[in-house]
Amino acid sequence: MFKKLLIPIDLSHADKLEKSISVAAYLAKRDSIPVVFAAVTSAAPGALAHTPEEFRKKLESYSAGQAEKHGITASGHAIFSHDPTADMEHALLTAIHENGADLVVMQTHIPNLSDHVWPSNGGRIATHSDVSVFLVR
Amino acid sequence: MSDNDSSPGIPDPEGAAGIIDTDYEIGQDNIETSVGPFNLDVHNPVFLVSGLSIVAFVFLTLAFQTEVGPLFDSLRKWLTSSLDWFFIISGNVFVLVCLALIVTPLGKVRIGGKDADPDYTYFGWFAMLFAAGMGIGLMFFGVLEPVYHMAFSEPLGVASPFDADGNLIPENVAAAKAMGMAATIFHWGLHPWAIYAVVALALALFSFNKGLPLTMRSVFYPIFGERTWGWPGHIIDILAVFATLFGLATSLGFGAQQANAGLEFVFGIPVSITAQVILIIGITAVALVSVLRGLDGGVKILSEINMLIAALLLVFVIIAGPTGTLVSSFFSNLGAYAREVIPLSMPFGREDDGFRQGWTSFYWAWWISWSPFVGMFIARVSRGRTVREFVTCVLIIPTIVSVLWMTAFGGTAIEQVLTDSSSQVREYVIASYSPELSLFGMLADLPMASVTSFIAIILVIVFFVTSSDSGSLVIDTITAGGKVDAPMSQRVFWCTFEGLVAIALLIGGGLGALQAMAVSTGFPFTIVLLLACYAIFKGLWDEPR
Repeated sequence: MFKKLLIPIDLSHADKLEKSISVAAYLAKRDSIPVVFAAVTSAAPGALAHTPEEFRKKLESYSAGQAEKHGITASGHAIFSHDPTADMEHALLTAIHENGADLVVMQTHIPNLSDHVWPSNGGRIATHSDVSVFLVR
Repeated sequence: MSDNDSSPGIPDPEGAAGIIDTDYEIGQDNIETSVGPFNLDVHNPVFLVSGLSIVAFVFLTLAFQTEVGPLFDSLRKWLTSSLDWFFIISGNVFVLVCLALIVTPLGKVRIGGKDADPDYTYFGWFAMLFAAGMGIGLMFFGVLEPVYHMAFSEPLGVASPFDADGNLIPENVAAAKAMGMAATIFHWGLHPWAIYAVVALALALFSFNKGLPLTMRSVFYPIFGERTWGWPGHIIDILAVFATLFGLATSLGFGAQQANAGLEFVFGIPVSITAQVILIIGITAVALVSVLRGLDGGVKILSEINMLIAALLLVFVIIAGPTGTLVSSFFSNLGAYAREVIPLSMPFGREDDGFRQGWTSFYWAWWISWSPFVGMFIARVSRGRTVREFVTCVLIIPTIVSVLWMTAFGGTAIEQVLTDSSSQVREYVIASYSPELSLFGMLADLPMASVTSFIAIILVIVFFVTSSDSGSLVIDTITAGGKVDAPMSQRVFWCTFEGLVAIALLIGGGLGALQAMAVSTGFPFTIVLLLACYAIFKGLWDEPR
């Protein structure tokens, strides 16, 4: 049904992604399609890595670990933004197209008051993307 | 440091950059929590201490205005007059450091590692650093300063072209004109930009090449070592937040007063606290939209629009003003600056105390107090440039633009003052000193004054927006322990907080007092910057070239 699946992830909250990755792995295995783990970060040093190269390597390593764990084909796609907080949605929409993904599975939080001011990234991706988006709560 | 790839810790350093091996993980002192529906990711204790002490300072200033105002004002005056030699010598050191970086092989080092590509085009980059650095000052001082120095300051003892009754002394005119322009360019040329360049380069180097967090404290890692992550570092960061927020908030308050004066001059909108509060709310609201849209979608676009409008106004003044004189005087002003920059940089053996202490020393303290903000912002947008390219562009190009701007605005105003005894500039700068109207006075004597004055007001407002949005990003990054991906609600908090502080000080009084205090932070930061010069050389030495 689908050709490629993309999972946007936040590596600093990797422990909270289990549910969405399980859903994605189930769908990927059913259709025998590859999975792309997309992560947005800044080129400035952060909690996860000193340099873009380190971040890229770390994402690849994470993707390989998940591929082995769930028995899927997976790769990492690191996106470097000047301002990740503000550019997250735009960066992910670009990544969806660059990777030719036609299904996005994304972890998101239960809506609260702040979503009226700042909708969740998942909500905005679902609103603006032209591919199927599966939000996992 | 963790090298376990399955944890979010930082893996072993790699790549063609001399990364510093420290056990400190960026964000390790941060508190991640939620206040109601809003998420927070803030450094403990920098966020809390700087936020609370800013509130305390505002309350104290409002409550004890009669005591606090004169106290801060005398502190600032004492620093800039008693320690003028210290500021002036330090300013010279910063210029020499920058020139050394351009000519030595250290200039080959690339910010962000040997293979890093520039994040921004030259235009976008330059627009952002210029709009954050001094745009608004050029609007305010572009007319005022050249005329004032020519007529009153007597830098290096060069006599005024006016006698005590305001009559022209023809034989003094040429020398006073040249010195007026040279002295102004001196304050807006190599020295201020060298100050910004030192801070920006130090931050960019220790963050993008050494892998340390993008906050002021990182520069001191070669000096303090691991203690950088303790209280010595906390104090530096808190001081940087202090200087930035009070610098921005007080400038915003004064800026609203100036914009209001301009609106009264052009449209007859009366000067009132209400109008000024509305202006601050408007500026803060636009700045909020800008920070929400982010660095690329907000700050950069606004800075570019700003530069284009400023360029249009500049071209208009050159065409509508004495074009021939302005074109030829661009080179003569550049020559006058080159000739006088060394004598004006001398800290001793001069008798122009009013100029040296009241203007030069004050300016150096002012630029230095702004340098954590402007430097951090320049650092953030400069990844991918070589040190030589960076210093040349941050030092030389803005200086040339300043010469061009001062020549057009100051040169036109000087011609108006010298050729027309009833000119409005003469009225607002010489006869009845109203500095906030000097720019509008100059434009009023040119064609299409109502249109250009309106554009000038818009430009003043937009320059404040570009300072306010970039300042909020900088404060947010410092108070998030160097994280540039902190939750959106934090930058909204700082942007709003800055507007509220400005409104409180505007209504309650105390703008001048806290601005004096902000400028006074220039003294400790001068010491910080001198140490940063050492750190830059030490840091660059270890980098692959």
